[in-house]
Amino acid sequence: MVKVTVDGIPVEVPAGSSALQACEAAGKEIPRFCYHERLSVAGNCRMCLVEVSGGRKPVASCGFPIGDGMQIFTDTEVVRRARRAVMEFLLINHPLDCPICDQGGECDLQDQAFGYGADQSRYRENKRAVTDKYLGPLVKTVMTRCIQCTRCIRFSTEIAGVPELGGISRGENLEITNYVEKALTSELSGNLIDICPVGALTSQPYAFTARSWELKRTDSIDVCDAVGTNIVMHARGAAVLRIVPRINDEVNEEWLSDKGRFVVDGFRRRRLDRPWVRVDGKLQPASWQDAFATIATRLKSVPGERIGAIAGDMCDAESMMALKDLMETLGSGNIDCRQDGAKYDTSRRDFYTFNSGITGIEDADALLIVGSIPRQEAPVLNARIRKRFLAAGRGGFPIAMIGAPNADPTYAAEVLGAGPDTLVELADGRLPFADVLKNAKRPMIIVGHGALTRPDGQAIAKACWDLAAQVGAIAPDWHGFNVLHTAASRVAGLDLGLVPAPKGHDVAGMLDGGVDVLWLLGADEFATDRIGPKTFVIYQGHHGDAGAARADVILPGTLYAEKPGTYTNTEGRVQEAFRAIMPPGDAREDWRILRAFSEVVGRKLPYDTIEALRQRMMRASPAFGAAWARCGTSDTAGPQAGMVAMSGGPFHPVIADYYLTHAVCRASPTMETCSGIYVHPANQAAE
Amino acid sequence: MGTLSKAARSMLLAELVSGMSVTLKAFFKPKATINYPYEKGVLSPRFRGEHALRRYPNGEERCIACKLCEATCPAEAITIEAEPRDDGSRRTTRYDIDMTKCIYCGLCEEACPVDAIVEGPNYEFATETREELMYDKDKLLANGDRWESVLARRLELDAPYR
Repeated sequence: MVKVTVDGIPVEVPAGSSALQACEAAGKEIPRFCYHERLSVAGNCRMCLVEVSGGRKPVASCGFPIGDGMQIFTDTEVVRRARRAVMEFLLINHPLDCPICDQGGECDLQDQAFGYGADQSRYRENKRAVTDKYLGPLVKTVMTRCIQCTRCIRFSTEIAGVPELGGISRGENLEITNYVEKALTSELSGNLIDICPVGALTSQPYAFTARSWELKRTDSIDVCDAVGTNIVMHARGAAVLRIVPRINDEVNEEWLSDKGRFVVDGFRRRRLDRPWVRVDGKLQPASWQDAFATIATRLKSVPGERIGAIAGDMCDAESMMALKDLMETLGSGNIDCRQDGAKYDTSRRDFYTFNSGITGIEDADALLIVGSIPRQEAPVLNARIRKRFLAAGRGGFPIAMIGAPNADPTYAAEVLGAGPDTLVELADGRLPFADVLKNAKRPMIIVGHGALTRPDGQAIAKACWDLAAQVGAIAPDWHGFNVLHTAASRVAGLDLGLVPAPKGHDVAGMLDGGVDVLWLLGADEFATDRIGPKTFVIYQGHHGDAGAARADVILPGTLYAEKPGTYTNTEGRVQEAFRAIMPPGDAREDWRILRAFSEVVGRKLPYDTIEALRQRMMRASPAFGAAWARCGTSDTAGPQAGMVAMSGGPFHPVIADYYLTHAVCRASPTMETCSGIYVHPANQAAE
Repeated sequence: MGTLSKAARSMLLAELVSGMSVTLKAFFKPKATINYPYEKGVLSPRFRGEHALRRYPNGEERCIACKLCEATCPAEAITIEAEPRDDGSRRTTRYDIDMTKCIYCGLCEEACPVDAIVEGPNYEFATETREELMYDKDKLLANGDRWESVLARRLELDAPYR
């Protein structure tokens, strides 16, 4: 620790800190544009000038290393004049079009010009104009507003791992560009919008929609992937207008995937806002009473074991708990939350969670990824892997992948093989990477759903666990066995026991004629055409997608923005989301629908409030009442290997189209456009 | 004053005569009242009457949907919605003023960076129903077109004092 004095306030900061960090530790606000905590230091905006004892000139505090006993002054006349002068230079070529700029009201340049700038302009000459660049359908550019802080260049190079942005020319002619007119190929490109301190990069779908001061902010959790990214919903009236990330260093730092951010225009399209009942083969609008009565009548003639339920990928834990309780009271053990048919041993929680934790990636020193493409399945988590990769330096964090030979993970990863055979070779020590894992102090193995959704998924999980135990990844202080989920509801579903009872059917069994009545809770991601023609299907959900098309009764449920809910991410971290807007029309919170229906069939569920339901969840799984903590285990006994022995054949990616993985993004025009540009560029060119 | 002079003034109706002289003087003075509605009083260029949305001389509407008037309005009478127009420029799709909420403070006019929303000289816009006082964008633009010459002149007169 080094002792420095900031404006007479003594502070202690770690050696190697910059003057700016020392000032922040002393609680002094330093204006800045180019400096960002999570990016490298560029030092080119010169806004953070401070005076340092013994120095003849003001210094840029962001890149100035502190020394012991140094005195820093942030509020002298020299500093104030220097800041005013820098601000004047920055504003020379800034168009001052704040009234038509989407950044207006939340703009760093606006705020800091107000706080640190001069009160009027002396500049009368012509301003420069810069042609706008095409960065794809998500990021809108107005490059004349750019102040060349280069945050976007550093973000795309360092965090996103797609070095597609850069600067050309120099001095006043410096332009930020992507060299060729091509959309940015990152799943994190939306973060450029947040990171740009001015209005040069703004959100294309949100363009001119609202002002920051009109919006009501509600904390929520992203359910587009299983990372559990912390988000804030910005709503006005009855609509969520945009989603921005919320800082949580444990989970997402301050990033958000493009799908989680731009899916928002799917919230109001193709919504189910009233109950529907199929009469003579055609869906007719109905009242809640009629819909419930129709289901109740049908259920009367069906024994409990012929009823089944499937929970979807975006369900909150509350509704899944209510669904499970309802199925139990109806006498059914046919319940499943694994639409993709993934196999897990659910007897222990660390068999199906990401045990190292997302922050654990930064402590790991070797990584093996099996049957997963984290860049598509969890872009924010992938950024964390890249962060660790960059921090470790060349060769410091060896990464190997099994499967996904053509994926660009944004870091150097050795592709060891395509399928389970490679895993066997690795376990036998026939591959050099086996030694890398063995010599690592904290090796990590990530098992993805490319492996777990195969018939031999459980055997692969077992093989990975054994490999982890063999290389010392499972120890009392470190747990290197990780399952990377793709469905936001999955871990909560497994925690609550939404798996078939001993004699119950799983999804495949239910589809193969195991049930006569099938209750789909937001489940669209399975082959709905495999549901038997005689099966009576109840679809409870928010969007009219595959499940609703096949349904005999549709019960309008709610989106994650419209209900308070609990979500458990792939780590097993339990997080709460709040209600941002009210559901449309007759739609109701999902657990309330299940609770109301239980009364119609005379098997009332024992909770009337969400608090009581949450108590019930805590009884079902202690995870819901406990704070999440990383923990190792000394019990190296692995999961059950399952019935199917490990076979050959390559792992297949689980995500065919990153932008269209669930019902909400399929309803979103923005996601549709992205899919056309990024995933199916050939079709786009043909049009 | 003596009893005698009091009696004399009273007998000679002195108060009445002096009162009637004021009346007589006023009778020959120019009239202070005007024959409204055929005649109208003079208004200051700063008079804050009915709102109007102005256009540029080439017909392009001035309003750029910055929403500063909406934000500053103390009565929350203004409602604006915006989206990119086909040519990519920022325009309102909805610009409503609830004239029954408006307190005619003129802050919208002061906030406007492009002199689009102005309060004109018209104060004769009483209606038979409340609904007619919910002004929309078309109504405000029509006001602007109708009053443009007057509005421009008023702004010009007031400009030195702004």
